[in-house]
Amino acid sequence: MDISKKIVDDLVANDVSFITTVPCKQLAGVIDEVEARPEIFHIPSNKEDEGMGLCAGAFMGGKRPAIIMQNTAIGVTINTLATLTQYYRMPLPMLISYRGELREPVACQVEMAVHTKALLNQLNIPTYHFHKESDADELDAILKYTFMCNKPVAILTDASFWGGYGDQ
Amino acid sequence: MIRSEILREIAPILHDNLVVCNIGLPSQELHMIDDNAKNFYMLGTMGLSSSIGLGLALAQDKTVISIDGDGSVLTNLGTLPTIANNVADNYILLIIDNGSYGSTGDQPTYAGMKTKLENVAKACGCENVVVCQDVDTGKTLQAAIDSKQMTIIVSKCDSGNIKLPVITMDPVVIRDRFMKAVAS
Repeated sequence: MDISKKIVDDLVANDVSFITTVPCKQLAGVIDEVEARPEIFHIPSNKEDEGMGLCAGAFMGGKRPAIIMQNTAIGVTINTLATLTQYYRMPLPMLISYRGELREPVACQVEMAVHTKALLNQLNIPTYHFHKESDADELDAILKYTFMCNKPVAILTDASFWGGYGDQ
Repeated sequence: MIRSEILREIAPILHDNLVVCNIGLPSQELHMIDDNAKNFYMLGTMGLSSSIGLGLALAQDKTVISIDGDGSVLTNLGTLPTIANNVADNYILLIIDNGSYGSTGDQPTYAGMKTKLENVAKACGCENVVVCQDVDTGKTLQAAIDSKQMTIIVSKCDSGNIKLPVITMDPVVIRDRFMKAVAS
């Protein structure tokens, strides 16, 4: 089964109906799938902290939200995660492309990759790393966990998980 | 008029609606004037009042008023294209534009200089952008609610603050009672 379709199937099955995205090449397929699903309101945001604000509002309005973004966004959103999502105890699944890992062609991406897990750890954000396609079998359980405990949860998806970058 | 005088004047209108209120003095003033479960006070995260309000308006049918400041909108300027392109007719963004960062000591903002937020909003594609003077904020806000069209209001007022204490309510309590009011 197409992995983007499987991921969005799991989101829909867990009643996630409000998704904001900031694009990444690795996430293009999953973003297309989000846009295509009638069960999901897809609202692209211009910056990830803005997106987390949208998700906070949607959650308080009774919808289950999610954000799809690059790991560079962790650098952008630390204040929002700490003072909004965590402080008011709100759930937020974060599907994150883990740029700068093995098979990365862009050197600068490595500069945030080396900080990504340390920052998530410092924030006490439960973090899962999808490296092989079968790792996504846990997504359903991760989503249930996120909405059970009302916390932001990070799902890092690296280039190997997405099948590399094609010609290199 | 200064912001707290506007809030005092429009409090009876706000009272019947869901309100997402900006960090710092605006939330402290609203809390003092008319604390109720339909107010969501931001205790941190400058700039996101408009985004939280838009997400809330898109997720349910009740009218939502985001109270924001010119400085906070400048902090999160990307919010205006998102608002323009995701129309929620139960959403009103009230920007109280005093040309200064009130909560931090009234340092001037660019909105008090060359930048006009009403023009920025229009350029971003927002269709109903209304500029009013402080004394007309109440009737402008009521007209926006009655129009049932998404509206951005820029209320021009004086800078200045009153002294009042910080909000000591627990954030989870604020969020929980707000969600119950949203769902009721």
